[in-house]
Parts: sequence; C-alpha cells; structure tokens
Amino acid sequence: MARTLKLRIWRGNDKDGGLQDVTVEANNGEVVLDIIHRVQATQMGDLAVRWNCKAGKCGSCSMEINGKPRLACMTQVSAYGEDEVITITPLRAFPVIKDLVTDLSFNYKKAMEVRAYEHPADLAPGEARMQQIDVERSQEFRKCIECFLCQDTCHVIRDHEENKKSFAGPRFFIRLAELDMHPLDTLRNRKQSAQEEHGLGMCNITKCCTEVCPEHIRITDNAIIPMKERVVDVKYDPLRWLGSVIRKREGIL
Amino acid sequence: MKTGKGNLRGFKSHALRQFCAKSHSCGRFHLYKRAPCLALNVLGHETSPMAIDTSGNGVFSEGRAKLTARTLRTDKWWLQPFITVLVLFSFIVYATFRAFENGKYFAQPLISPFYSPCLASNCVKDSTSFVGTFFGTYHVLGMTVSPSLFILIFPLAFRMTCYYYRKAYYRSFWMSPPACAVAEPHTKYTGETRAPLILQNGHRYAFYAGLVFNVFLTIDAVGAFRNEKGQWGHMSIGTLVLLANATFLWLYSASCHTCRHTVGGRLRNFSQHPIRYKLWTWVSILNHKHQQFAWVSLFGVALADLYVRQVSGHSIRNLYFF
Repeated sequence: MARTLKLRIWRGNDKDGGLQDVTVEANNGEVVLDIIHRVQATQMGDLAVRWNCKAGKCGSCSMEINGKPRLACMTQVSAYGEDEVITITPLRAFPVIKDLVTDLSFNYKKAMEVRAYEHPADLAPGEARMQQIDVERSQEFRKCIECFLCQDTCHVIRDHEENKKSFAGPRFFIRLAELDMHPLDTLRNRKQSAQEEHGLGMCNITKCCTEVCPEHIRITDNAIIPMKERVVDVKYDPLRWLGSVIRKREGIL
Repeated sequence: MKTGKGNLRGFKSHALRQFCAKSHSCGRFHLYKRAPCLALNVLGHETSPMAIDTSGNGVFSEGRAKLTARTLRTDKWWLQPFITVLVLFSFIVYATFRAFENGKYFAQPLISPFYSPCLASNCVKDSTSFVGTFFGTYHVLGMTVSPSLFILIFPLAFRMTCYYYRKAYYRSFWMSPPACAVAEPHTKYTGETRAPLILQNGHRYAFYAGLVFNVFLTIDAVGAFRNEKGQWGHMSIGTLVLLANATFLWLYSASCHTCRHTVGGRLRNFSQHPIRYKLWTWVSILNHKHQQFAWVSLFGVALADLYVRQVSGHSIRNLYFF
C-alpha cells in the first residue's frame, strides 16, 4: 500500500444524508472507483455505487469528486495531494436514490422528446450513400457515453430545478445538432423545436459541459453554438428569412 | 436548507456574519444589500456557504443530496472570474476615458483605433477617413461630442455579443454560474430567451460591422508606412503597432463562431460545396483559439491606442526604422 487516504463519502437517501469520514489504504496507480470498492469491501458493505466497465466507456460511475463532476474510474488518486481530503458525493443536479447513486430518469425522458431521424421517402433502406466529410461532424457527437456529467454541471438545471421542464440539456443539444447536420434527415423544423421545445435559448454558453466531458466532445463550440446560429437563421435573422422566402432555399427551414 | 451561524464561522467579522445570517432568514433582500455576503462566498467553501435563501432550489432542491455547501470544489475556481473582472473592468474604464477624452488620437500618420474611422466634422485635421465626414459637430451640456462615440458602439456590440465574451462576463460579472459546479446566487434564470439578452442573437450583424472596422484599421496600418510629412516608403514602431492591431483583429474576427457558421457551418452537405468546406476547415482551426484571439486583440486595441496617445501627446517619439 502506497498511501493512506482520507475520504469523505456522502451517504444517505432522498430524504436525508451527510458526509462520512473514512480512512483507507490506496495503491499506486489506483483510481477513485478502486478506493470506493475497497471501502465497500472493508468498511461500508452497503455503500451504493453505480459502475460497470471501469474503463471510462460506459458512463456509469459519474459522481462529484472534490466538487467536480467526474468519472470515478478515470480519476487517478495520485492527482490529489498527500494530505488532501477527497470528498465524494453523488451528482448534485439529480435526486438521490441511495448514497452515490442518483436517479437519472430526467435524461431518459428528455431523450424520448427528441424527434428521431426521418429517412427520405424516395430512398429505400440500404440505398442511402453519404460521403465521409458530410458525416464527420456528427461522428464527434456519437462519442457520447451518456455519463450525464454535462447535464449535471449545466447550471440551467443544476441551479434551477424549475427549468427541467423546458430545458433538455447539453447532451440532447448534441443529439439535435447531430440530426440537424445529418445530410439525409428530412425533418424540417428541428431548429425551431430546438429553440421552442428543448430550450436551446436558455443556454448561456458558459462551457461547463465542455469542461467536464470525459470524451472531450467540444459540446459548446461544435454543437450548441452551431445550433444557436442555425436557429438565428430561421428565427432571428430577417435577411436570411427573406432570402429563404425569395429563393426557397433547401436546407434552411 | 437551514443555514445557521455555524456555517458562517469562516467569516472574520461578527457584524457581517450577523448581517448575512439575517439576510438569509429574511430571504428576499435586494442583491446589492447581499453584496458583502456574495463577496464572501467567492472565497467560500463547504464550511462557509453563502447566506442567501436557496431553500428548495438548485442544488438544495428536494430529493437531491443533502449538503449545505454551494460547492465542494477545493481548487481556486474563483481566480479566473476574478481576473476576468479585473481585466475587463480596467479596459472598460480606459476605453470610456479615451472615448470621452476627444483628443490625442492622431499623430500623422498614426490614428488611434478608438477614433478610426473619424467621421465627424470636428475630427483633427487629416485624421478623417477616405469616406468623408457623416456627422457634424455636436454639443451636449456644453461639451463637444467626441467622434469616437459615433463608432465605438459597433466594435463594442461585436465583443458584447461574442460567444466567448458572453461566457466570460456571464461567469465573472453575473456569476451565472461563477464557475462550473459552483451554485449561482440567482433565484430565477431565463437565459437568452427574453429581452435584453435575446438580442445576443444579433451577433452576426455585429460581426459584419466588425469586419468593416477591420478594413478601416487595416487601411490605417497601411497608411502608417508614411512619415510625418505624409511621404510613403517609411516604417516606424507605430507602423508595427497598427499592423499588429489590425492582424489581431482579423484573427479575432476570422475565428468567430458566426464566421465559422457563415462560411460553411450552416451547410448539411460539405461534399457539394468543396470551397466552403475548405474555408470552414480553416476557420475551425482558428476557432479553437478564439478565446486567445479575443484577449490578444483586446489588449492590442488598448495598447495601440495608448501608443498613439503618447505619441500625439509628445510623451514619446515615434521612432522610424527608415
């Protein structure tokens, strides 16, 4: 064992709870999830934690470590100082189920509200052909592992529970951007729905979603801002609107 | 959430502790009255959360993990917004002073970027641009209106609506949020859906206006290849200063998110528009550095103006290389 770690782990449920002090041994090269498992095995047998792949690809072990939304399996213990106390809490934007496990159903409801890809009527399945440069923008967004750290850190819902009704969050803005940039998607009013139904206008682009993304997706620069600009094209730019009416441009509406 | 005095023990002043505790219990104190508590919260941590009524909202909502702290971050998250406030506020003060100073903005062949293009009839001799004068000489409260006031609104609008600066000032001035995973002090939030912030959607028009100014400032930089008598073929430190300023401004504009959208970002089929795809690729490379260009160009404008001011006021000499 290389060092002794001092932890504070939040334990409780949706009604009550608090931080509990724990001291545990840690080996070189271990991540926070390893330490949580050791605590679970030796001191807190009923500690609830959600995890799966331990490789930063399933997005299950999202939690807040020293106040920052992180994947526990990708957070090296050595990143913290010798005397530093590591505080581990559940995601603070969502209701707690037990200990470090939160109820993420908000995200799945929002996922269902995003209207799916619509295939061109004149193209039979299997006949669609797209070039790489037409889909590579969207491929960045397909890296999303749905850890929901971006949703957790987004202050629009983290700090304002009432906005959850009208705001989909950054994870679903990249989904909307992916569909809107899709060369074959034929759903025409995706931009309007992004603004009016999914609350794109609520985002004030403070880029916290990009900062916490473990897949390093440039959520704000490559998805949210392009979507905001596309919304301006159809809702707020009188010249673009006029141009679209006169020339009946394809792809604007 | 209950926030008792015990949570405020990190505060040094007993009176301030009492005030903050009182403002919390009263719940609806005006923001300015809570300012001391807000300031203390900037340095707050788990043991000293801000004494603002947040019960039932945000991270203190029903069902979420019961914690009294607004953030559990232990790093210096407050440093970046603090520096941003300091720098932007200093720039605003300096730019306001210079805009109203109405003097020391021209020293043949150099003109300050705060006064270019000089479009008023009261501009200093030879400082007007090739497009002539659109405005006369106006007086308000016995003071002559500075020519700078007719033009500065456009570059100001470009920066105010810029996607990077929006991040910077929403975080540092409006604390919405002050940093990631640090609870903001506001009880309501509507984002950019209502006036006046819905006007941020007009960023592209401010961008177009910014491009026009870049053209004027580039012409000024080219014109700086003259000497004090107006003869071409000379180069001074002032030439380099104006050239650097124009270059930084072009980089800032070219890396803009709206520029990226305009040149090709709005397309769905890059394969059908190879030239626009290439342009979009180049702008995307610059776009990665938009934040840096935003700051460098801001300093560039202020320093170029300061240099011209010092030369015009005869505090320093504009040294010529040839």
